[in-house]
Order: sequence, then structure tokens, then C-alpha cells
Amino acid sequence: MIEFRNVVKRFNSQTILDGLSFQIHEGEIVFVLGVSGTGKSVLLKTLIGLMRADSGEVWIDQEEVSSYTEDQYLKIRKKCGMVFQHPALFDSLTCFENVAFGLRRHLKLNEEEIQRRVQDAFKLVRLGQIQEKLPGEISYGMQKRVSLARTIALQPKILLFDEPTTGLDPITTNAVNNLIQDLSRTLKTTSLVVSHDIACALAIADRIFFLNSGRIVAEGTPNELKSSSVPLVKEFLLEAVQ
Amino acid sequence: MPIVRLQDVTVAYQDAVVLQNISVEVQKGESFVVIGPSGQGKTTLLKTLCGLLNPEVGKVFIEQRELVTLSTKERREVLKKVGILFQKNALFDSLTCFENVAFPLREASELTDAEIRQRAHQYLEFVGLTQASSLYPDELSGGMQKRLGIARALALEPELIFYDDPTAGLDPITSRKIVDLIMSLQKKRNSTLVTVTNDMNRAYQMADRIAVVVDREVILTGSPLQTQNFRDLRVQQFIRGSLEGPLTAPQ
Repeated sequence: MIEFRNVVKRFNSQTILDGLSFQIHEGEIVFVLGVSGTGKSVLLKTLIGLMRADSGEVWIDQEEVSSYTEDQYLKIRKKCGMVFQHPALFDSLTCFENVAFGLRRHLKLNEEEIQRRVQDAFKLVRLGQIQEKLPGEISYGMQKRVSLARTIALQPKILLFDEPTTGLDPITTNAVNNLIQDLSRTLKTTSLVVSHDIACALAIADRIFFLNSGRIVAEGTPNELKSSSVPLVKEFLLEAVQ
Repeated sequence: MPIVRLQDVTVAYQDAVVLQNISVEVQKGESFVVIGPSGQGKTTLLKTLCGLLNPEVGKVFIEQRELVTLSTKERREVLKKVGILFQKNALFDSLTCFENVAFPLREASELTDAEIRQRAHQYLEFVGLTQASSLYPDELSGGMQKRLGIARALALEPELIFYDDPTAGLDPITSRKIVDLIMSLQKKRNSTLVTVTNDMNRAYQMADRIAVVVDREVILTGSPLQTQNFRDLRVQQFIRGSLEGPLTAPQ
């Protein structure tokens, strides 16, 4: 479903992605872990075309997209639902209107269909009677759910998460992590999660990639990685034990 | 001997009581770590302990002196002994790294220019930012900005240091290194630390004693080991991050 072939991305003299190659299969949940500044965000941005690779190939759903024009890329982006680190909700719109926003903008649906799609999305993230509230009137954990609902309402085939549990307390962390797993399985999406959180990755990932200096230095299922001898993996695994 | 003491303190924002009738002492030289679910008052407790927030009811003592009874001048003298690292660093973005660290020295110390220069460079070196001293904050990575915030908080050599989520948003390996640095500086100076964190690994790495803020209470749970074995279902649920338990499931 997603493939990078030898992707290179440089900023001036600095090489961020250094011949990066990987494949993510349909329906998988893959975590990309690595320390700050190692190219995780650049990987996401290169995937959705906000940045373009200097060389190499980027495949999404059987199309090589790295040389696509902005117009061609729009079609690709509609297959991708992006969940930002912070909820990034419109604070002047109700929760309902936040979720309806993308539907009104991208699809020609009538009001009844919009109603139904929004209700379905709220149900999937298990949110009840808050649709008429403004984002400022609900808790941070609920805002994260609304933001997830907004993303899945467009029914993307691919879900991309940028550090979804950073800065959350342990209970909210587990709640968000479970939600990522439930949604990915229920909606049968391919999910790519960029994260620091090794415990979350071990709990729900099908496979984990460890990124260092723009390359994958280790990859495997959680079980395979537990016996890894790669220093970066071992350092991360220390952090999984509480 | 307690360096900070809260006595029967209640803190409220308008009608919402955040902390009710709590008493806490932080001993000189200890590392006291505050944890708890989001939105339940960790930062409020920190702000009350460092004298930034006045409680509705109760008394706050720093070094045996009750803050509200002091004149502005006396209060300044007491607060000079206090360093704070804010959650979002709060660096001056128009000043270089060097100038950020020198700022509190110019404002609140009697040091000469030469001494200020020497002190600022010394603390930049402590946190490994010597090479970056003439860069501006937006030219630094997140981890470097944190370290700069730490250097600025420490430059006045405070006896009592408050850290509000010093590793939020950093990867675990950088986090561990920053906490190692914080702890080595504490040992060197025998200072007192009060730290708020959301990261249980960091709490265990740092704490002599842990407090859990929940349901308007401050539960003193003891050392990391005592905390792991503490017989309060709310504490157990929180430190394990379980979704089932007495704490309201996060919505």
C-alpha cells in the first residue's frame, strides 16, 4: 500500500532521508520510532507530498507519486487521513461542524448524508453528547477524539498519526492507543504511526521501524524486536519497562 | 528541615476548587516529583509551592517565611533562591542563548559584567550548549531549547528549583539524558527539586518522593518502590495507565 524506494531528502548540505526504503502492506499498523531530528516528520511530509524527495520513488496505492503535480497529488491526499499531534480543531466551530467541515469541502453530499457520516464518525470514536459544544468546552482527551472523528469521516484508506500520545498522562495514552488500534481494524485502514512511545508500539503495532539518521536500522514485529541486538532498539526497550 | 511547606491550603479558580485542604512539606535537598491525571492540578500545586499563586485558604512557607506576610522587597529576596523551568521553556526569542542565560543574572544579581559572562558560559557548558551560545532559540532543536531553559533556570544558582514537565515532547533517549543532567547538577549543588511530569519512567528516575494529585487531594505515595506498591486504587490505576478503575475514564 505504501512503499519508499531509496528516498533521499536533503536540506542544504544536511541529508535527512538517506536512501530510505520500506514497504507497508494493506491493513497493517506500522510504528516508526526514533529520536528527535532523525527524519520522522520529514518521512510523513514526503509521503503526503508536502515535501518532495530529491531522489527515489514514493509509491501509494500502486501509484508512483514523487513527481506528481500539486493537482495530481490532491487525489492521493484524499486517500490519506492525517491526525496531528495536537487536535488542530477550529475553535469557532462546534464539534459537529468540525467533523462536517471536510465532508462539506471535499464531497458533494446532501445534508442528510453529512448528518449520517458525522454521526457514524462520532460513534466510532465513542463520543456521545458533545456535538453542539465548542472545542474549548471539552477536555483535551475529547478534543483528540473529535480530531480523529474529523479524519475518519472522510473514510481514508490510509491513516497517518504524528506523535499521537506525546505529552499525555498514562491513562489517556492507553485510551488513545486503543482507539488507534480499534479504528484501524474496524475501518481496515493501513496505519502509519510516527511516535516516541515504545510501550504503545509494542502493544498495538504489527511491525515497528526504527529510524536513525534517515535510514531504517531495525524492523520487525514487536516480538522479533524484543531480542534485537541493535543499540538504538535496546535503548528504546529500556523505556518500555515501568 | 522543610524548605517549602503548604499548611491546610485550598486553591480555587472562581468556584472550581482544585486543591482542597492540603498540607505538603518538601525537605531541603530532596527530589520531590508530582504526577497525576491531566487537568487535576499538578501545575497548580507547583505554582502554589513556588509562590506564583496565592491560595484562597491556608499558608505557604518558603524557608520558614510565610510569603504573604512579606514586603515586596523581602519577597524578592526569598524568590531569588527559586528557579523555574516552564513547560514551554518561555525563552526570549529575540535574545541569543548567551543573552537568555545572562538575563536573570543582569536583572537579579549583583554580579559584574565579567562575572556574568563567565557564569553564563559556565552554565551553557554544563548543558552542552557552548557551541550554540550565539544562536537564537528558533535555531535550536526542541531538546536544545529545553537545555537552554535549564541553564537559564540554574544560572542564579537557586537552592530550590521547579521543573514543569522538563521532558514533555522529547524522545525517551533525549529525556533520559536531560534528567541525568538535572540530577547531576542537583547533587553538585545539593539543591531541592520539585518536578511535575507525565512520564512515569522519568518520575521513577528522579524521585526521592512522589506525590499524586487527584480528586483535589495530594496523595503522598513515598519512594518509587513504595509508590508502585501503594494501596490506593486510584494511584495503582494511574501509574499503570489502566482504563478500568475508579478514576473517571478519560473522555
